Amino acid sequence: MAEVAIQHPSAQAYEPPLFGAYSKKVGMWLFLLSDSLTFGALLFAYSYGRIATAHWPTPFGKHSIANATIMTACLLSSSLTMVLAVLAARRRDERWTFLWLLGTMVFGSAFVVLHAFEWNGLIHEGMRPFSNPWAKDVPQFGGTFFALTGMHMLHVTIGVVYLGVVAMRRKFLPILLALWALAFFLTPSDNVFHHGSHVLLASAVVAGMVLWFKPKKYDAHDVEVSGLYWHFVDLVWMFIFPLVYLMSTRIV
Amino acid sequence: MHEMTAIHDESKTQYFWVWGGLLLLTAIEVFLAYEQFFAPIKMLLILLGLSVIKAALIILYFMHLKFETRRMRYVLMVAGVVCLSLMSMFFADAVRILRLGVKIS
Repeated sequence: MAEVAIQHPSAQAYEPPLFGAYSKKVGMWLFLLSDSLTFGALLFAYSYGRIATAHWPTPFGKHSIANATIMTACLLSSSLTMVLAVLAARRRDERWTFLWLLGTMVFGSAFVVLHAFEWNGLIHEGMRPFSNPWAKDVPQFGGTFFALTGMHMLHVTIGVVYLGVVAMRRKFLPILLALWALAFFLTPSDNVFHHGSHVLLASAVVAGMVLWFKPKKYDAHDVEVSGLYWHFVDLVWMFIFPLVYLMSTRIV
Repeated sequence: MHEMTAIHDESKTQYFWVWGGLLLLTAIEVFLAYEQFFAPIKMLLILLGLSVIKAALIILYFMHLKFETRRMRYVLMVAGVVCLSLMSMFFADAVRILRLGVKIS
């Protein structure tokens, strides 16, 4: 049988994969599909509460809506720079791949920083997971808001770290640790940045393990797969922004 | 790059158009929220409709699904849409609670 296989005229032919894409890409799509159900459940829970509750609080004034609109523009622009990074990687243009990835990380970081400032403001106004100062009979508002936006902010932060690893590999680790130290030691203990910094520390540990135990030079496929993750994070925000912010506006 | 990566129009222009379209749709959403034209449930449906269009643009162009094989497109989209649609059954109950109130025993 082995001889037959060797003499077969198509023995050298490339067998196309089932989905016409390499396995890493299919794997990422499957992960994103499962992640969309996580966010789907959170979004549906929020929407359910919004519809079923007559006195849903509307704490987001013009300032909050303007802030959230800038955050949306940051994420949309980061998706554009990400797709340009993928195109540069396909051209094997390492310099522009790096620069576009860096641009994506800057937009993503701007999003996280703006969002954390907003969380700080809401917490100072008295919003907690099980209470809020605007509607005493709707205690679940804080819980649903923090769970949904917090989960998304976690995804964006992990996305920025992911892109940093793809763009800079081991050189990114000291930057990550420096950012953690800045956020942890220079902010008061009741600040969102102080607690959120632990995500950076945990990410540094995981990224360090990946970079040391499986070191490699990331190619165009890796950039494309990281891009899929990044666009998904952008996509989820396209639902959070109208549902959470625009449906709870207080415009006078 | 593998042969299987579909060869398609790689021009940057289309991505800039998609980006512009997404920003425009966002501006429309913010305008609707500021003016508060509609009652909450109708507003929710309109905003979700616009969000679905934005999501479709991101998936098709930025995530390149438009350029993947037909098999990949259908498997991913049918699975995702069916699973998420199943969650919609809760909405009927949410509207019922709003109209009839919660029974307090």
